[in-house]
Amino acid sequence: MTTTTDHGLAGHSPRLSEGLPETSPNPRRFSWNFAVRIILLLIAAALTLGPVLWTLSTSLRSPSESFKLPPSFFPWNPDFTSYGEVFQQLNIFLLVLNSALVTGLIAVGQMVSAAMAGYAFAHLKFRGRGVLFSIVLATMMVPVQVTIVPVFMLIRGMGLSDTLLALILPAIPTAFGTFLMRQYFMGLPAELAEAASIDGASPWRTFRSVYAPLAMPGMAIVGILAFNFHWNEFFRPLILTISEQNFTLPLGLVSLQGNLGTGSISVVLAGVVLSMIPALVVFMFGQRALQDGLTAGTGK
Amino acid sequence: MSTTTPPRERPRQAAGSATHAKAPVPNARHSQRWLTWIFLAPTILGMGLFTLIPIVASVVLAFFRWDIISAPTFVGFDNFSEVVQDPTVRVSFLNTILFVVVAVALQLGLALALAIMVQEKMPAWLRVFFRSAFFFPLILSAASVSIFMRYLFNEQFGVVNWFLSLVGIPAVPWLTTPGGSAAVVILVYVWQNFGFSFLLFIGGLASIPVETYEAASIDGATGWRKHLHVTLPLLSPTTLVASVMAIISALQVFDQPYVLTRGGPGDSTRTAVMVIFESAFQRLEFGQASAIGVLLTLIIMAITAAQFRLSKRFVFYQ
Repeated sequence: MTTTTDHGLAGHSPRLSEGLPETSPNPRRFSWNFAVRIILLLIAAALTLGPVLWTLSTSLRSPSESFKLPPSFFPWNPDFTSYGEVFQQLNIFLLVLNSALVTGLIAVGQMVSAAMAGYAFAHLKFRGRGVLFSIVLATMMVPVQVTIVPVFMLIRGMGLSDTLLALILPAIPTAFGTFLMRQYFMGLPAELAEAASIDGASPWRTFRSVYAPLAMPGMAIVGILAFNFHWNEFFRPLILTISEQNFTLPLGLVSLQGNLGTGSISVVLAGVVLSMIPALVVFMFGQRALQDGLTAGTGK
Repeated sequence: MSTTTPPRERPRQAAGSATHAKAPVPNARHSQRWLTWIFLAPTILGMGLFTLIPIVASVVLAFFRWDIISAPTFVGFDNFSEVVQDPTVRVSFLNTILFVVVAVALQLGLALALAIMVQEKMPAWLRVFFRSAFFFPLILSAASVSIFMRYLFNEQFGVVNWFLSLVGIPAVPWLTTPGGSAAVVILVYVWQNFGFSFLLFIGGLASIPVETYEAASIDGATGWRKHLHVTLPLLSPTTLVASVMAIISALQVFDQPYVLTRGGPGDSTRTAVMVIFESAFQRLEFGQASAIGVLLTLIIMAITAAQFRLSKRFVFYQ
């Protein structure tokens, strides 16, 4: 762990380059440089995590105390009134269900379709492969906001306006996911396919039994990225859903803040905290995959 | 007996498998072609339907006046000339450009400084903590972040003003003045997004060989001069990628200003994408919305092209 994470710039010190463990700062030699650096980083970390801690601990104050200053950053005496309240003011179950359905189906759809297309672009030969792949890549440059008006019309024409499918279907074809999966499959040797076809495996079986199982980590990255993006998505749901029964979580929370006065900060924040839980789970278990996915394709 | 049969069997088997492999070639090719198209179909058809056709439709629509209810009428470049003269559209494009300049500069500067500090000597667990902390805001929804930030920046009860009052600074009217709102939108956006540039810089720093620094320190370079003359030039490919990505995503800012300020007060925090949203889905002027969208796309493409051209001159590739 220490050697892999420590591609540090520390190596310029001649003593350290002789193979001393870089990760343990020498306690006898106090360095001002080190102290200032750590203090600055701690301030940055406090500014990054502070607002989230405040959100959590304020949601655990009683609604009447939620405005009180000084602010609280740690929930010493948790009070769960706001959590009961938010369930009454907002149909949280429905919002979570909608968000989970939309996010889950998009993630699965992207994993499957990107794996198939990525495999075709990596290992199957066909005429126009290069051109088709550049078109797929080019679509990444066009922002959603530019295509949203025609997509809205299309959804209307298909009779899908104000349904969850309106959010799901357009989000399944993924240029970035296809790109990631193609890279992943290209990393797997082509000899596997030759060996499989000598053994008499059909092209489908070669994919299903040889390549797809090996590409699971890549598919996981596509799935986690899709989850992170669409669980938090706001712009498309704002436009493509109309009735509250089709709202997703971010939309429901924004409408809750809009509808209430300034009275129940803690109730709104309780909703915000609840909406963060799935993202936190992803953060704890899939942080590595998420980081790899977010920075994939930028390494050159 | 038992020793002579296997050799006789083996060539036959080999011959059999050879013919077996040769015979189905047209067949296998046939089934592979089928598989290819089946595998490509969901992505290619989906993209055609939900991305390529909408792009074309968007461009076409920009030349029509259409409110969905009555039939569209061709108006030539009218949408473009109206949009360019519309004060709200002008202000929001100007806002967007100012936002991009300030937010991206802050985001990249902060990310680079923090990445350099994190990559220098420190205990491994502390480095993991800092990296996770800076990455954390990326997993939250911009809408949720804007919801709690709106409370934090509240003039009377907000935590930010409370901290400022401790140092003797009077309450800042964050969300009720044009300057204050713009500052809040920028700060909230940078707060949530600097972690992405930070990750890119961490990756870039990791690819700089340690020997380069050894050579630099032998030549007498220390501290910030080392970073100025070694780190920055070697990091320039990463800086290019990070700035292109930061600029493109900042140009599309919507969630933060929508939730924090709804574009106000006045038009002070209205952005290009907010204007697309409002003219299409609040005023039902789909042609004008498309025209604004086309303009925004052209700007994005021009900036991307310009950056890659500039990169040929300034980026130092190893």
